[in-house]
Formats: sequence, C-alpha cells, structure tokens
Amino acid sequence: MSAETAVGHDVAHESESQLWEGGKSPFRSSYGKIMMWYFLLSDAFTFAGFLISYGALRFSMETWPVPDFVFSTFPFMGTASAPLLFVSFMTFVLLFSSYTMIRAVQEGKRENKSGVIKWMIYTIIGGATFLGCQAWEWTTLIAKEHMSVTVNPFGTHLASGVYLDDEHGHVYNAGEEAETFQAGHSYLIHKEGGEWIQRRYQITEGPDAGMVKQLEFGPKAFGALFFFITGFHGFHVFSGVIFLLIIALNVASGLYVKRKNGYEMVEKIGLYWHFVDLVWVFVFLVFYLL
Amino acid sequence: MANLTDTVHEQDVLIEELGYDDHFHEHHHGDKYQSSFISKYIFSQDHKIIAKQFLITGIFWAVIGSAMSVIFRMQLGFPEESMAWLKPLLGKWITVDDAGMGTLNPEFYYALVTMHGTIIVFFVLTAGLSGTFSNMLIPLQVGARDMASPFLNMLSYWFFFLASVVMFFSLFLNTGPFSGGWVAYPPLSALPEASSGSKAGMTLWTASLVFFVVSVLLGGINYITTVLNLRTKGMSMWRLPLTIWAFFVTAIIALLSFPVLVSAFFLLMFDRGLGTSFYLSEIFIGGQALDHVGGSPILYQHLFWFLGHPEVYIIILPAMGLVSEVLSVQSRKPIFGYKAMVLSILAIAFLSFIVWAHHMFMSGVNPFISNIFVIFTLIIAVPSAVKVFNWIATLYKGNVRLNSPALFAIGFVSMFISGGLTGIFLGNSAIDIQLHDTYFVVAHFHIVMGVAAFFGMFAGIYHWFPKFYGRFMNETLGKIHFWGTLIGAYIIFWPMHYLGMVGIPRRYYSFDTFDAFRDFDGMNKFITIGAIVVFAVQLIFVLNFFYSIWKGRKQTTRNPWGSTTLDWTTPIRPGHGNWPGKIPSVHRWAYDYGKDGKEFISQITPLEEGEKDGGH
Repeated sequence: MSAETAVGHDVAHESESQLWEGGKSPFRSSYGKIMMWYFLLSDAFTFAGFLISYGALRFSMETWPVPDFVFSTFPFMGTASAPLLFVSFMTFVLLFSSYTMIRAVQEGKRENKSGVIKWMIYTIIGGATFLGCQAWEWTTLIAKEHMSVTVNPFGTHLASGVYLDDEHGHVYNAGEEAETFQAGHSYLIHKEGGEWIQRRYQITEGPDAGMVKQLEFGPKAFGALFFFITGFHGFHVFSGVIFLLIIALNVASGLYVKRKNGYEMVEKIGLYWHFVDLVWVFVFLVFYLL
Repeated sequence: MANLTDTVHEQDVLIEELGYDDHFHEHHHGDKYQSSFISKYIFSQDHKIIAKQFLITGIFWAVIGSAMSVIFRMQLGFPEESMAWLKPLLGKWITVDDAGMGTLNPEFYYALVTMHGTIIVFFVLTAGLSGTFSNMLIPLQVGARDMASPFLNMLSYWFFFLASVVMFFSLFLNTGPFSGGWVAYPPLSALPEASSGSKAGMTLWTASLVFFVVSVLLGGINYITTVLNLRTKGMSMWRLPLTIWAFFVTAIIALLSFPVLVSAFFLLMFDRGLGTSFYLSEIFIGGQALDHVGGSPILYQHLFWFLGHPEVYIIILPAMGLVSEVLSVQSRKPIFGYKAMVLSILAIAFLSFIVWAHHMFMSGVNPFISNIFVIFTLIIAVPSAVKVFNWIATLYKGNVRLNSPALFAIGFVSMFISGGLTGIFLGNSAIDIQLHDTYFVVAHFHIVMGVAAFFGMFAGIYHWFPKFYGRFMNETLGKIHFWGTLIGAYIIFWPMHYLGMVGIPRRYYSFDTFDAFRDFDGMNKFITIGAIVVFAVQLIFVLNFFYSIWKGRKQTTRNPWGSTTLDWTTPIRPGHGNWPGKIPSVHRWAYDYGKDGKEFISQITPLEEGEKDGGH
C-alpha cells in the first residue's frame, strides 16, 4: 500500500512540472468536465447580471418589501405568521440534495451501480420537492396575495399614522378603536371581489401629520424581479431534474459501465447540480435575508 | 521551391519518428463523419468544414450588411436624387411620387442603419471572423484531430444559422426590421408602440441574438477546452502561435460577457411581453402616461455595454492574432516581442471588462464614475500600443513579401493606429461632451474595429486560403482589392472626423433642414462615392474568392509560405483527423525564422544539441 502511494506520489510530482507542456490536460480532468466548468462560469455571469440588476433597481427605490413580512406563510397553517420558515425548509431540501449528489458521485467512483442509482433518486426527489415547494410559494403569492409581475401589493409605511377604514373597506365608526401603525411597518393591500382595497389612513407624526392618504402599492420591481429570478433559477432546477432522470436511466441501463469512464457523466451533472444550489444561496440571500 | 519540397519530406519523417500515435485511424470514423454528402458537408462535425460554413455565411452577411450601408449612404450623400430605381428591391420602403421622384422611407433608413450595425458586428466580425478562424486554426495549430467536442461545434454553427434565418426573415416583415439602433436601447426597443420597427422586428431581433449567443457560447467553450486540453506533446502555452493565444483569450472574453447580454435581453423581453418595468419609467406615448414606473433605462445600458465593450475586443483580438502570424511569416522574421504580445493580449482582455461605461458618459452616469472609466480607457491604449510597436518592429528590416496577405496585415496596422488615436480623444469624458453621437464616433469605431478587423480577416483569408481549399486566390485581384479598400476606407472615414468635430450627429436621415449642417453636403457626397467604390471593390474580392475555390492556382507544395506552424504539416487537403498518421509533436516555439542561417525551422523539428528555444 505504502509503496503504491509513493509511486503514485512520484508520478504526480514529475508530471506537475509538465502539465502545461502539451499532450495532457493541465487540470488533470477530461475535456467534458472542463467544458461543464466553463459553461457554469458563463451561467454564473448570467445570474450575476440578474442579481446586479436586482441590486440596482432595489437601491433606487424609496422602500422595499420586508421579506419577513412577505414570506411568512406555511402550508396548512392558515394565516399564522411563520417568517421564512417555509423557504428555510426549501433551502434545506435543496442543499441536502447536494449532499445526496455527492454521495452519488462517490458511489460512481467506487463503480457501485446500485449505489449511484439510489443516491441519484434521492437527489431527484430533493430537486422535485424543491420545485413543488416553489410552486406552492408562487401559487400563494399569485392567487392569495395577488402579487404579479406588474403589481406588488406589499408596501412599507414611511410615517406613523392611524387607519380610517378596515381591511374590508368599512369606515371605522366613531368610538371604535382604530388600528395604528408605525413608520417602517409593512402592509399588504388586499383584493376583494376583484377590487383592490387601498385603506385610507391619517398620518400622525412628522411634517405631513394630519394628511389623509391611501395605501400605495409597493415597488413594482419587487414582484417582477422575484418571479423573474426565482423563475429562472427554478427553470435551472427543473432542467437539472430532467438531466438527472436521463442520466439515472443511463446508469441503470449500464451505459456508463460500457464506457468505462468511472461514471463521469454523473460527475458532470453533479457539478451542474452544485452550481444550481450555489446560485440558490445567493438568490436566498438577496430576496429572503436582506 | 526545391528547398521547400525537401523540407516537406523531412517533415513526414519527423512526424513518423517523433509524433504521437493516438491510434486515431484504427477506429472506424468513416460512417460518422465522412460517409454521406449530408454528414460530410452539411451537418458536418469536422472543424474544417464548420470553419468554411462560418466563413461563407459570414461573406453572405457581409455583402448584405455593406449593401445596406451603400443605400443609406446614398440617402445621406444624394438626398435630392430619385431612389425610384431601388423600388424593385426595397418595395414599399421607396415612395415614388407623381413626378417619378423616389424617396427612401425614413423609418426604413433607421432600420438599415440598425441592421447594418447588428449584422456586421455580430454576424460578420464575430461569427464570420472568430468563428471561421478559431475553428480552422485551433485544431490545426495546436496539433489536435478536431475540436474537443465536434458535436457541440456543429451545434454552434447551426445555432448561428438559426440566428441568421430569423434575422433574415425579419428583413421582410411588413412592419420592417428593428430600427432602434444596434444597441437596442429601451424605451425604443422595449415598447412595441414606440416605432414600427419596434414591433415584430424587435421580437425577431432579440430572438435571433439569443440564438446567436448560444452559438458563441458553444463555440467558445469548445475553443477554450481545445486549447487547454488538446495541445499536442511539447506544445506548451509559450509555444502557441499568437493566433491561438488571440482566439483563446477571445473565447474567454466572449464566454464572460455574452451571458450578461442574455440577461439584458431576457429582462427586455419581459418588459416587451409581460408588462414589467425593468427598464421603463415615466413614459408618455401620444400624450398618454404609460403604466411603467420604477425602471431604469441606464441599467440596460450598463448590462449591454458590459458585453458591448468586450465585444469590440472579441472582434479585434482574432484579427490581431491573424495579423501577428501573417506579418511574421510574410516578413520572414520572428514576431518581435512574443511574450509582450501575449501579455498585452491578456492585459487588453482584462481591461476590456472595466471600461464599458465610456460608452455612457453622456447617459447621465455619475461624472465621478466617469473619471474612473476614463483612466482605464486610456490605460488600454498602452497594451494596444505595445502591439503596434511590435508589429512595426517585426516588419523592420524583414524580407517582406508584399503579397495580398502581407499587404492586408500592414493595412490592419495602419487602420489600427489611425482609429486607435481617435479613441484616446473619445476616451476623455470632457471631450466626449462635444464629440459623442457625432460622425467623429462613427469614424473612430469604423476604422478601429470595422475596417481594421476586416483587414485582419482579409489577411487571414488570403493567407490561409490554400489551407481551406488547396488553391490560391488571384494575386492581382487581391492587390486591387487591397489598394481599393485601403484608399477607399480612408476616403470614407477621414472626412467623417471633420463632420464630427463640427458636431454633425450620427443616425440622422437628412441634414437639409439644419442650417449648421447643410453646408457639408459636398463632403457627404464625397464620402458616399467612396462608399460605393469600396463596395464595388469588395465584390471583386467575393468573385475572386468563389472563383478561386474551383479555379484558383493549385497548391502544389504543402507549406507554400514556408511557415513554422503545425497547420502546414498536414497534407494539402487534410482529411478528417488532419494528419494521416501520427500527430506531430512540438519541440520549439512558433517563430523560428531566419535562425542559424535557415529560412525557417518548423515547430516539429527537434532542438539541436545545446540550442535554446526562442521566445523565452
């Protein structure tokens, strides 16, 4: 064992100086893997373009919806507030699927076909679960909270005040205790019977004290960017799941045993999968945490 | 010539003795690559065929793109002349009045300007230049059987073809092709109601360019990987010919900048199709306020120019690579300052990513930000000047063969100097206040990246034509082509600097109604005549090209230019796999000309006892 290692070490040491001399891969990896790396590099720039656009638009706005307020729903919990709980679950599932992907690649290196299939199926389940969660999240935002690419009902108060009517549009009667709010509080403009209920309020502090206003829609860019960027990422996850399925089928058919290249295809899709997870970390950061 | 034939024989022996046997010809490739007409010439996976496909598609687009410029130049030079005779070609875009006077539709004038830019920048000088020569020369000069992935390489061409079909189709739309300028700034590009060209024309324009980017990325990933992984034994990075360095770095730039253009286009598509407001804010059309608020048109400009500026280096670097190689071979001297050449390519590539906002000095970006971009812009002149100095030093005291490739390569240097100098003016944000959006800008970028890149491309075509088709192009026609283009290009673009300095804006349909600009109609006529002549001269090239494919003088020796690089060690008409036997191994750098009393020493010749390899 030790003799083998020593020889292996020697070879590695000798070729280190000659890696760039031609006739071999300078990174000791096949052309296919290098191509995947370069593709991912270019894709990273596409996402960077989107995220920089996000930053540019967000910081040109006076206000921006607060994630803790916007993303506070959880399946089967009704109206109870659970800030970021659901998206944390989604993120955990996706990151865990990266772990199962690593295991699949590892089993591939061990030439263990059934192991590769098992861990790839877990990865596919992880990816599909993430997509399902995203579908639920989108459905809630679109159907229940009525956010779209052009309308963003999530707003933030710029000054403290008191509401003059309630969430159904009924004006408070005299003597009824009116709801108050502070600057920085978030609000959601509800829709009833196809009509937006833009509640009226009176400002109680600051230079505009006494003025009566109605709730304004939040910055449009929020909805547009959210659906655009998470959608683009979701499309990557979706493509990844499809590729994982195809490659899992190829593994099962014994194609890669025939090719004798140590399940390299599994490794390549693994690179893609980790990349998609990494991008999610950034998407998660800018939309949900900041 | 006898000398050269002997060398060729020696080369075969060298390849056989020292070459690398990859057992390529033991596998059965015939059915996959060469068997039927379709798999050999149409859906070919052979890099040499794909290169020819890129080249000929590029020539097709070059003819269309430059014909468009002739039409709008006629409008600018001779606005009072009738264009009725163009009615059969342009149909409803020419209006003929009762007196028989035909006028060009102003909307279509803008479409012509837009399409001219789009076609030449993307389809001719990106795909036609880098696509052609990267495909042709990378495997041949690094000593590879083919690209790393021949299949993706084939897809790269066919995505370009698809992009071409969509763009070509858009020329025939009832509402006309896109007409908002090749940069496609919103709101003109984002609002279909903004102009007639912004309707279906813009939709197809965007679709076409997204396909085009896919093509560029597939090609680029292949070029990079091939250069990294498939270099033959002994071909270290410091032994690569400068052509390969240029293509390699070009592909890296393209790979990092084109995806950002896709980001920009996707956001633009959302604005167009789904009513979002990424780029739109507070716009009135016909007195009506649109529902778009909160977006930023400047954001689009940033995203666009993050590609747009590297794009000019994507265009010029391959031309620089070709010129370096042609100048060295044709002046029978090693390239001067090989390492400096490589480092300046890398420096240009790096700097090209941090100068983009110099296209936006007048767009309302922060003037302090402009200062930073001014500095980087001016710094990029340094590596460019290093290259110019090295080209001139390569020519100095060389035995220059003044044939067409050499002439075009020298012409490139001339154009690059002329256009580069005006870049230093424009790079200053203060001078840009006067010069922006004038004919000074038009003159600058046409000379430095339009004409110069074309010169590099022509040098490459004349030089490697034997490699492509096993024949030579006609030398007399080549020289007519060169002198006509060189003189003609200066006739067109030199006066434009004056037009720009007096403030004549670009993209205007007519100057008749402006007292300040009307006086320059003589100069405009002069430019237009120059443009027509230059266009005619290019037709000579096209004729020469296609005539020579079938009837040109046959190549009889394997290495007609006496070149050191591997591409000239293959048979005259290399088959699939490029070398019939083993792959040659490399023992020295690519520029051993005139060393030890020998005219040239091929890269496959081993170093003599005690001989030092050049370039280090």
